[in-house]
Amino acid sequence: MTDSKSHREWVAKHVGCLPRSGIRDFFDIVSTMSDVISLGIGEPDFVTPWAIREATIYALAKGHTGYTSNLGLLALRRTICTYVEENFGVEYDPDKECIVTVGVSEALDLILRAVLNPGDEAIYHEPCYVSYMPSIALTHAVPVPVVTQEGNGFALSAEAVRAKITPRTRLILLSFPNNPTGASLSYAEKEAMARLAVEHDLLLISDEIYEELTYEERCQSIAAFPGMKERTILLNGFSKAHAMTGYRLGYACGPHKLIEAMMKIHQYSMLCACGFVQEAAIEALRNGRRAMLEMKTEYHQRRNVIVKRLNDMGLPCQMPKGAFYAFPRITGTGMTSTQFATRLLNEKKVACVPGAAFGACGEGYIRCAYATAMDQIEIAMERMAEFVKTL
Amino acid sequence: MSSEEIRKQILRLLQRNARISHQAIGERLQISEVAVAAAIHDMEANGTIIGYYALVDEERTGTVPVRAMIEVEVQPERDGGFDRIAGLISKFPEVQTVYLVSGRYDLRVEVMGDTLQEVAGFVSSKMAVLDGVKSTTTHFLLKKYKEAGFRLHEEEAYDRLQVSP
Repeated sequence: MTDSKSHREWVAKHVGCLPRSGIRDFFDIVSTMSDVISLGIGEPDFVTPWAIREATIYALAKGHTGYTSNLGLLALRRTICTYVEENFGVEYDPDKECIVTVGVSEALDLILRAVLNPGDEAIYHEPCYVSYMPSIALTHAVPVPVVTQEGNGFALSAEAVRAKITPRTRLILLSFPNNPTGASLSYAEKEAMARLAVEHDLLLISDEIYEELTYEERCQSIAAFPGMKERTILLNGFSKAHAMTGYRLGYACGPHKLIEAMMKIHQYSMLCACGFVQEAAIEALRNGRRAMLEMKTEYHQRRNVIVKRLNDMGLPCQMPKGAFYAFPRITGTGMTSTQFATRLLNEKKVACVPGAAFGACGEGYIRCAYATAMDQIEIAMERMAEFVKTL
Repeated sequence: MSSEEIRKQILRLLQRNARISHQAIGERLQISEVAVAAAIHDMEANGTIIGYYALVDEERTGTVPVRAMIEVEVQPERDGGFDRIAGLISKFPEVQTVYLVSGRYDLRVEVMGDTLQEVAGFVSSKMAVLDGVKSTTTHFLLKKYKEAGFRLHEEEAYDRLQVSP
């Protein structure tokens, strides 16, 4: 028996057939090259604000290196619930309706595992963050994608979701502001989605990790609409707004029974999020607003520059309402997104991510992250314009 | 964006990089170059923008001037408080900055010269003798770490992943 054969037998079928993230494939190529300007990075280019790093060090200095409650430090949960109430307009009980997790990724995994039975259907929208489809598939449920369209600003219409609802549908997973499109939902769109969820008695998971990085007027969370609090799990974290990606800290707020179910899985698989990281997060929420807004202003201005340059060079690009990604259409070049990204990388040393990595309907687009210093963005845009001109 | 907010954002950009082009400001704020030029001209004319200068790491220039921070205790006056003395001190070209501060002294004055003797001499013969100055304490500057929001000694760069989700 050969090695590879024995490995194939060990890996479970539903894991074996999961595709590798398209981002990883591209990363492997980029990492072999030097002097690349990367617009491929889905994390802030800012280092975590010093006050937050200092709070981490202080927690360590005090010797706070033990486990915390499975749900997370009560002080942090209280801070989170106050923040959520003030900024998102929904009230949660820190004792029962909030759990601190290792990033939003874990929170999403927990809620999906907590509610999905094999064969259940979970509706999500594409293009989207790379983990949604695999996370649903890992629970033996059926991922049901709904396509969002450029013509509609990549927003999700309740009608498009309605068309996918079957008796097996269990939940709708929303992610706005969206990675990679930067789209967000208007009040009316959220309201329609809320009505649909209530009408069909569906659970709604709302990944709002980019909510603070919204450049247009913000409206209330979908959890704040009538009948929604009892059927919504609100996911958020510290990675994007506070530049804390490597801290791996997120949270979920929602109905007690669901949080309790998530906690069961969390306590056996993760036990708790890192304690001193949780203390740093308290500092981020209590005193980090000014630094966060400073970073947001910078992203906002970079957005204006990158979107204008992309349109000027002939790659049509919607103005993203949030997050830090521009998602221009490259179909006019006659190339696939992977061809475009690969040639751009080889010929001009600019890295961006092929849209196909974010779902089949992302084909024809590329994702350019503007979580990169402005001078780098400007050089990248010059190189990209030269590249497009040669086509 | 309101014109007040636009001005605030223009100032924010200029305070980080006074050499940024009008075009670059315009692109960031989604306004025309002409509007940027008009707003800046207006702020220069009305005294909001006083001037522009280069922030220099003097240690790299070969000739490091001598700087000192002087704590000055002043006898305030019935009319004008500290203003007359502060105004007098400000007239000296050797004086770079003059701040009225709270605490156990009144004026914080930064003086620059070519040598230690020159700065010390200036303080004792020109400032300390002013009518109304009760005392001076001189602190010579040894090393600069941060100025106007810019750190002068950068930390080692940290390599991020080149592509991530």
